[in-house]
Amino acid sequence: MIARIGCLVSVVLLSMSLASHLAAQGFAGLGTRADGFLEPRADYRFSFPKDHGAHPDYRIEWWYLTANLKDETGTVYGIQWTLFRTALAPGDVVGWQSPQIWMGHAALTSARDHFSAERLARGGIGQAGLQTDPFEAWIDHWSMTGDPELENIEVSAKAEDFGYALSGKASSDLVLHGADGYSVKSASGQASYYYSQPDYEITGTLTLPSGPVSVEGMGWLDRELSSQPLSEDQSGWDWFSLRFDSGDKLMGFILRGRNNAPDFRSGTWISANGAVTALTPGAFQALPVETAMVKGRRIPVKWQVMLADRDLSVTVEALNPQSWMDTSFAYWEGPVTVSGSHTGTGYLEMTGYE
Amino acid sequence: MVLKITDLTKNYPGTTCGKPLLNKISLQLAPASSLALTGESGSGKSTLLHLIAALDNFDSGEIYVDGQALSKLDETGAAALRRSTVSLVFQSFNIIPSLTVSENISLHAKLAKRRDTTWEDHLTQRLGLTELGHRYPEQLSGGQQQRVAIARAMALKPKLLLADEPTGNLDEDSSNAVLELMLDLIRDCETSLFLVTHSRAIAAKLQNHLHLSGGKLS
Amino acid sequence: MISAALVALLSHWRRHRFQLFTLVTGLALAAALWTAVQAINSEARASYGRAEAMLVQNQHGYLASTTGSSEQLQLSDYVALRRMGWDLSPVVQGEWNIAGQQIDLVGFDFLNPPSATLAEVASPESSPSAKTGSSALVQFLQPPGRVLLHPETAKEIQRAETPFSVQLSTRVPPGTALADVSFASRVLNRQKDLSRLILLSPPGAQDLASLPNHIQHRTGPPMGGEMAKLTESFHLNLTAFGFLSFAVGLFIVQGTISLALEQRRGQFRTLRCLGVSRRMLCTLLAVEITLITFIAACIGLIAGFFLAQALLPGVSVTLSGLYGAPVTAGLSLRPSWIISGFAMTFLGAFVASSQAFFTLWTLPVLQLPSTQARGQKVIRSFRAGAFLGCGLILCGFVALEILDSLTGGFVFLAGLMLGAAVFLPFFLNFSLRLGKLYSHRPLVQWLWADTAAQLPGLSLALMALLLALATNIGVSTMVSSFRLTFLGWMDQRLSAAIYITTEDDAQGRAVEAWLRQEQNQQPGLRILPIRYHETTLQGGKIRIYGLRDDPSYRNNWPMISAQDGAWDAVFQGAGLLINEQLSYRLGLGPGDQLNLPSGWPVKITGTYADYGNPHGQVLISMSQLLQNTPEVENRRFGLHLPPSEVQNLINRILEETELTRENLTDQTSVKARSLAVFDQTFRVTGALNILTLAVAGFAILTSLATLWNQRLPQLAPIWAMGVSRRTLAGLDLLRSLLIAALTACLALPLGLLLAWVLLDVINAKAFGWRLPMHLFPLDWLRLIAMALLTAGLAALISAWRLFRLQPSDLLKVFSNDR
Repeated sequence: MIARIGCLVSVVLLSMSLASHLAAQGFAGLGTRADGFLEPRADYRFSFPKDHGAHPDYRIEWWYLTANLKDETGTVYGIQWTLFRTALAPGDVVGWQSPQIWMGHAALTSARDHFSAERLARGGIGQAGLQTDPFEAWIDHWSMTGDPELENIEVSAKAEDFGYALSGKASSDLVLHGADGYSVKSASGQASYYYSQPDYEITGTLTLPSGPVSVEGMGWLDRELSSQPLSEDQSGWDWFSLRFDSGDKLMGFILRGRNNAPDFRSGTWISANGAVTALTPGAFQALPVETAMVKGRRIPVKWQVMLADRDLSVTVEALNPQSWMDTSFAYWEGPVTVSGSHTGTGYLEMTGYE
Repeated sequence: MVLKITDLTKNYPGTTCGKPLLNKISLQLAPASSLALTGESGSGKSTLLHLIAALDNFDSGEIYVDGQALSKLDETGAAALRRSTVSLVFQSFNIIPSLTVSENISLHAKLAKRRDTTWEDHLTQRLGLTELGHRYPEQLSGGQQQRVAIARAMALKPKLLLADEPTGNLDEDSSNAVLELMLDLIRDCETSLFLVTHSRAIAAKLQNHLHLSGGKLS
Repeated sequence: MISAALVALLSHWRRHRFQLFTLVTGLALAAALWTAVQAINSEARASYGRAEAMLVQNQHGYLASTTGSSEQLQLSDYVALRRMGWDLSPVVQGEWNIAGQQIDLVGFDFLNPPSATLAEVASPESSPSAKTGSSALVQFLQPPGRVLLHPETAKEIQRAETPFSVQLSTRVPPGTALADVSFASRVLNRQKDLSRLILLSPPGAQDLASLPNHIQHRTGPPMGGEMAKLTESFHLNLTAFGFLSFAVGLFIVQGTISLALEQRRGQFRTLRCLGVSRRMLCTLLAVEITLITFIAACIGLIAGFFLAQALLPGVSVTLSGLYGAPVTAGLSLRPSWIISGFAMTFLGAFVASSQAFFTLWTLPVLQLPSTQARGQKVIRSFRAGAFLGCGLILCGFVALEILDSLTGGFVFLAGLMLGAAVFLPFFLNFSLRLGKLYSHRPLVQWLWADTAAQLPGLSLALMALLLALATNIGVSTMVSSFRLTFLGWMDQRLSAAIYITTEDDAQGRAVEAWLRQEQNQQPGLRILPIRYHETTLQGGKIRIYGLRDDPSYRNNWPMISAQDGAWDAVFQGAGLLINEQLSYRLGLGPGDQLNLPSGWPVKITGTYADYGNPHGQVLISMSQLLQNTPEVENRRFGLHLPPSEVQNLINRILEETELTRENLTDQTSVKARSLAVFDQTFRVTGALNILTLAVAGFAILTSLATLWNQRLPQLAPIWAMGVSRRTLAGLDLLRSLLIAALTACLALPLGLLLAWVLLDVINAKAFGWRLPMHLFPLDWLRLIAMALLTAGLAALISAWRLFRLQPSDLLKVFSNDR
C-alpha cells in the first residue's frame, strides 16, 4: 500500500514515456529528501472532516476505494476508484501555476475481463481536486461525493469500454492504522498517515460492454498521505485487504527489500466487533504459491497468508490473474477470494514486478 | 534467279490512274550477273531500283529478290532483306559522316551480324583505303568517299548489289576506276549487280543492258 | 545489330560534342530551375506542415469560441467541458516578446499533451541547460519553466540571458516556442482564458450538440490554414517563374533535338537502306534521348539543389517578411521534388522531341533533306504561329474576365506570354522583310534577307529571349513601382520621430507619466499611444487600433478612399477605417458595415494603404477601443517632436527612465529596416530574372553555334564577291544585335502589360493591395542594353570563328558541293 505513494509522482513522470530514464533514478528525488514538505509526525491527531480533504503541504496523498461486488446471478466483480495527488512543490495557488498534480485510476474486474482507465489533471484550475463540505473528490467526470463524514458516498467513473455508478453506506467506524494513523513503512523510519473505512455496503450499476449490471457488495476506502514514504532499498510491495465471512478483516503488506535487504511486513487486524489491533512487526506472513505470466512478467496470483496469533492460514487467489493496471505506471490490482481456515473476499495490490 | 520482276506497275506518286511511271515491267537477273539500266532523267529508273530495294511500294505485279516476294514483306521483313541480302550504292555517297572510314565499312556487315574482318581488310586494301581507316568522310575526296561506300556495300558480300549512278559525282578517271573495282568485286563475291546510269558508256561495260523509256523496258 | 546501329547513331554526338553539350545543358538548366523552385516550395510547405502538425496535432479538430476571439473561451469553459467528459487538451497561444524578438508562444497542457508534443518531450534532441530524463517534464511544469525551440529561434533568443531553460528541437517551427500551459499563461499573462481546446478523441454528435453557444467545434487549422492561404499565391508565383524558366530551357532542347535529327536525316536514310527498320530506328533514338535526358536530369537535380540552397534564405526572409510564415533556411532532400524534377525533365524532353519524332516517323525514306522546299513551309508556319499567338492572347483576356481569381490572372499571364512567343517569328519576319524593302545598299539588303533566312533556326532562342526580357521588364517595373509607392507610404505612415516599446504595461504607464512631465518643458512633444486589440474576423486575424485625435493622422494617413469627414466620424466614435487588404478580403468599402461584435463601431468611413501587412487592420478612436477592451496593453508609443530635439529626447529617456536603447526606435532606422526587408523580399525575384535572361542568352548562343555549318554555303558566295571576312564577321554580329533589338521591341510592350497584370491583378489578389504603376524608361534602356549585350555575347563566338575562317574552308563550299 505504501508503495502507492511512490507510484504517484512516478506515474506522472512516467506518463510522459520517460520510463527508461526513470528506472535507475528514483522518482524525482522522492526517495531522497522532501524539501519544504511537511513530514508525518507520530503525535499528530486527525481531525475530521477536515482531514478527509487534501493536504497540499505533503508531497503525496490518495483516496482509494476498492469493492468486491456480486450481481443477481452470483457473478462476482471487483472495482477500483482512486484519486492520487502529488505536489511538485508544497502549497497551492489558484490557476495554472498550481504545483499540484492529480491522477485518477479506475478499474473493473470480473473473472473473465479486466478494464482500466487513467486521467491526469493539474490542480488550481478546478479540473481535479477535493472539497470537504459536502465531500467531493473528482478528476474530470469521475467523482466520489458524500457527506462530510463520508458516511454515505457516491462513486462514479466512465471510460471508453466500461463505467460504474455506485453508492456506499459506511457500517462501521474509521480504522486508524499503526499508532493512531501514524503508519511506519520501513525499519529506517519512513512513515505515512494512514486510515481506512473498511466497511461500505455498496449498491449500484456497472456498465459493461454487454450492458448495465446491478450489483451489491462491500467496499473498502483507504486514505494515506506522506512526503517521503519510500526507503531506497525497497523494490516493491504486496498489499492485502481481506474481509472474512466471520466479520473479521485483515490489512497486511510486505515491502520487499532490494538486494537481499529484509522485507518489511506489517498490518492491522479489525475484529468483527470493531476492535482494531495493529499487528506486531513481522507477524503478518504471506508466501507466493503460484505465479502467472502477466504482460510478459511473472506475478504471484495465489498466496498463502498466515497470522499465527489468530490461527489464520488461508489461500488468497486472484479472481482474474490478468488484473493488470496498464496505466502509465503499471501495477497489478484486483479482487481475490479467500479459502482455508477463514473464507471471504478482498483486494490484492502488487507492484515492482519487472 | 537473284532478281525476278513480273508485270511490275508503279503509278506516279500521289496518282492512281493515268499513265503509270512503270508499266508492267518484267525482268530477270541470274546469280553473279550484271545488268545496266539506262534511261532519261525522270524515266523511273531510280524508282525501279528503290522498289527492288523494298524502299518504296508498287501498285501491281511482283518483285522476287532471292526468291522472296516483296509485296508479301512488311516493314520488318523489308528491313531484314536489306540488312542481309541487298546492298546499295548511291550517287550521293550516303556514308555516315560521324563514323570513321573503317567504322563505315564494317557497319552493314555488323548490322547483318555477318562480319568477316579478313574480307574487310582485303577490301580496304583493294580499294586503296588502308591509310584512310581512321579518317572521317569529310576529310576524303569524292572518289575516296565513293570507294568507302562500295567497300561498305561489298563487305556484306550481298547477293544483289543495287547501284544508282555510283559514279555520277566523279570525274571520268575516278569514275572508270570505281566502276572497274566494283565489277571486279562482284565477280569475286558472285554478287549480281543492278546498276542504274544515264551513261551508255558505263552500261556497255556490264553483261546486260536494258533501257527504260515511257514506262517500258527495251 | 542493335548495338551496331546504336553506336552508329551515337557516333553523331562524338562528332558534335558541342551539340551534345547544348542538349544536356539545356535539359539540365530546365531541370535545375524547375527543381530549385520545387525544392524551395516543398521546403516551405514542409515548414508550414511541421508548424501545423505541432499546433493542430490531431485530426479531431478543436473547440474555439464562436466569434474566434480568444477572450470568450474561458478556463472555466475548459474545466466544465472536462467535467462533462470531453477529452481535451487546452492551448494558450500568443505573441511573446522576449530578448527583443517577437515569437509565437504555444502553451499545451503537458499532462494531457497532443501526441506530437508528447513525442517531442519523450525524445529530447538536445537540452543544453538541463539533464535529460525524469527532471525534463518537471522542468516544463515547474517555474522557471522550460521551452521547446527550433535551434534557429534559440540562437536569436539566447543572445540574452533567459530565466528559463531551453530544449532544442528541429520539429518545432522556427519563430515558435512550445511550453507547458502554466509557462505560457504566466509569461503571456493569460491566467483565465484559452486560445483553443484540442480534441484528443473524436467527439460524439450528442457532445457537439451539447456545446454551449459561445463555443464551436472546428476542424480547420487554427492559423496554419491562414498561412497556407496567404502563401499559396507566393508559391504559385514561384512555380510560375520556375515553369517559365523550364519552358525557356525546353526551347533550347527542342531546337537542339530538331537540329540533331535534321542533321542526321542522311544517316537515318542510310541506316534504313542498310536494313534498320523504321520502328527500330525510332526505338533507338528514344533510347538515345532517354539516356541523355537521364544524365541531364541528374546534373540538373544536383544543380537545382545547390541553386535552391542559395535562394532559400532569401525566400525564408520573404515569407516571414511578407506573411510571417516560418520557414527554415536549411534544405533537405525530399522525394517529392526529386521525383518531380525527373518527371518534368523527361516530360520536357518528350515534349521537346515529339515534333522531331513525328517528322522522323513520317519521313519518306527517300526524300533528301531539302531546305528549299522548307522555306515556304516555314513562312506558312510563321503565319500559323501568328494566328495561334493572337488566339492565345485572346484566350488570356477571356480567362481574366471569366475566372475572377488569382488563377485567372495567371492563366492570362500564361496566354499572354505564350501567345507573344509564338507570334514573335511572324513579327520578326515581317519586320525584316519590311527592312529589306526600304533599304537600297546591296549589302544591307543582303543582311536583312540573310537574317530572315536565319529565323527558322533562331526563332526558338528568340522566343526564349522575348520571354526572359518581357519578364524582366514586367517584374522590374512592378518591383520599382512597388518600391516607389512603398517609400511614399512609409513617409506618410511613419510620421512619429521616435517609437517606444516597453517590456510591460507597468513600464508603459511609468514611461507615459514621465513623458507627460516632459511635455511641460517641451510643448512641441506629442505622445501617441499605439494600442491594439487582436482578434479574428470571418476567419482571418485582424488588429483593431485605437487612435487619439492628432493632426499627424488627419494630415498624413495614406488614405485610398474616404467619405467626407471620415476622421471626424472615427474620433466621434461613429466610424472606423480599414486597410486595403481587409477591404479586398471582405469586399467592403466606405459606407459599408464591418461585422464587429456589438459595442464596437461598425460603419466604414474610409480605406487606407497598408503595404506589407498580411493581416486586416481596423482603426477606431482610442476611447472606443478602451471602452470595449479596457485591458488592452499599453506598451507602445509614437512621439512627435521637432527633428532637432530627437537626439536630445532619446538621451534623456535613456538617462531618466528604465528604458534601454532596445526599447527605442527612431524613424530613420525603422524606415531603413523596412526598406531592407523590402529589398530582401524581391531579391529572389531578381535572381530568377537574371537566371532566365542568362538561359535565353545561352539559347541564342547554342542556336547560332548549331547554325554555323549551314551558314558557310550562304557566306561563301558573298565572300567570293569581295566582302572581307572581317566585314562578314561584323555583319554577323550586327545581325544578332538586329534581331535582339527587334525582339526587344516586342518585349517592351509585353513587359509593360505584364507589369500591369502583376500590379493591378495579381498583387490585388495575392497580397490584397493594388499599386499604381510607375514607368522607368531608364530601367528599360538598361534591360534592352542587357538583351543586346546577351545577344552580342552569344554571337561573338560565331563572329570570331567567321573572322578566323580559312579561305580554303570557304572554297570547299564550291569544290565539294554536297
